[in-house]
Amino acid sequence: MEIAQVIGLALITTIFLLILRQEKPVMAILLSLVFSIVILTSMMGKLSAIIDIMKELTRRAGINNFFLATILKIMGVAYLGEFAAVICQDAGEQAVAKKVEFAAKIIIAVLALPILVAILESLLQLMPC
Amino acid sequence: MNIDILFRIAGIGILISVLCIVLKQAQKQEQAEMLTLAGVVIVLIMVVQLMNQLFTTVRTVFNL
Repeated sequence: MEIAQVIGLALITTIFLLILRQEKPVMAILLSLVFSIVILTSMMGKLSAIIDIMKELTRRAGINNFFLATILKIMGVAYLGEFAAVICQDAGEQAVAKKVEFAAKIIIAVLALPILVAILESLLQLMPC
Repeated sequence: MNIDILFRIAGIGILISVLCIVLKQAQKQEQAEMLTLAGVVIVLIMVVQLMNQLFTTVRTVFNL
């Protein structure tokens, strides 16, 4: 019953946030930040189990390990960017949140470039010319 | 899942808001502001440590 723990924690945090937001908005933002960090950290163990299974499947299928590593990096960048952007948005700073999302998109595009090049190269090999 | 840090930060926040109200009633605006600043800094230090932990975990999980 991991979900019960998460739900209870979320409801208690919401109540605390409602109390804190009237008096000290900064403290409310910090509390929601800590809540996000706690939830993310507690879910990382389960995520690593999923990733182990994915690695095992990739090894069995004989796919190049580089692709899985790239996908994992992209997932990590996406999770962290989303985390920071939502916190910024929660504090009412839309511009900062948009910039964080923009940076995450650019970094993901840069990470995905080698895969794009590999796809184009295999396409060129298939084409008779 | 370390729940106690969440309760600690919520407790610090509520305590500081109550103390701030008391100080404002006693006509000590500057000290209330200083208290707010001190509380934010203390919580920020805890948050930075937690965030370091999160980034280390993410880096080991995703091989960043």
